Amino acid sequence: MLHIVNKSPQEKNCLDACLGVATDGAAVLLIEDAVYAATTGHPAAAKLEQAQSRLKLYVLRPDLEARGMADRLIAAVTAVDYGGFVDLAAEHTCQSWL
Amino acid sequence: MEGVVKKFMFVNRKAPYGTIYALESLEVVLISAAFDQDVSLAFLDDGVYQLKKGQQTKGIETKNFSPTYRALDGYDIEKLYVEREAMEARGLTEADLLVDVTVLSRRELGMLMDGMDVVLSF
Repeated sequence: MLHIVNKSPQEKNCLDACLGVATDGAAVLLIEDAVYAATTGHPAAAKLEQAQSRLKLYVLRPDLEARGMADRLIAAVTAVDYGGFVDLAAEHTCQSWL
Repeated sequence: MEGVVKKFMFVNRKAPYGTIYALESLEVVLISAAFDQDVSLAFLDDGVYQLKKGQQTKGIETKNFSPTYRALDGYDIEKLYVEREAMEARGLTEADLLVDVTVLSRRELGMLMDGMDVVLSF
């Protein structure tokens, strides 16, 4: 399963809901305002670091760059471009946490 | 200056690009400047992300409106306030922001808000 989260974790609880439901081995892709979760100093970054042993964590790089956050990406999360997004979507069944 | 001058505060609480709020707020701020009003901008919660340095929107093919914040003083809009708690909760410091701001606590922002004639929320 590929879980896609697009909401800011400090505005909505989508990321927490996703991390709670996602089973071991699942992939989580952060896009749009959810990318802030994967940045240094953000409270959600610690949750992602904790989850990295059981989940595959990705972030959409163009959304990080748009927000001026590309240089703050935490090591627990892998940046992908749009091509990588398509590959992930093709490999998995997708669940979007709207 | 002619006519009645009111104290306007624009309250910005959303991150840029994910929703249209940040850009819409900026549009209305620029319109208000044309009417010679006393304008303050407050950045709370995710709104502080609007002022983050280094925004590069080529990849998402969206207009990068962040340079506009630096142009606001050209329209005599110089009162920019950032909530200290919001900045700290996101691991940001004043050095991460692309424009000079006054950093205030939530309580100080609340008192400032109380003194406004009009508060517009985005």
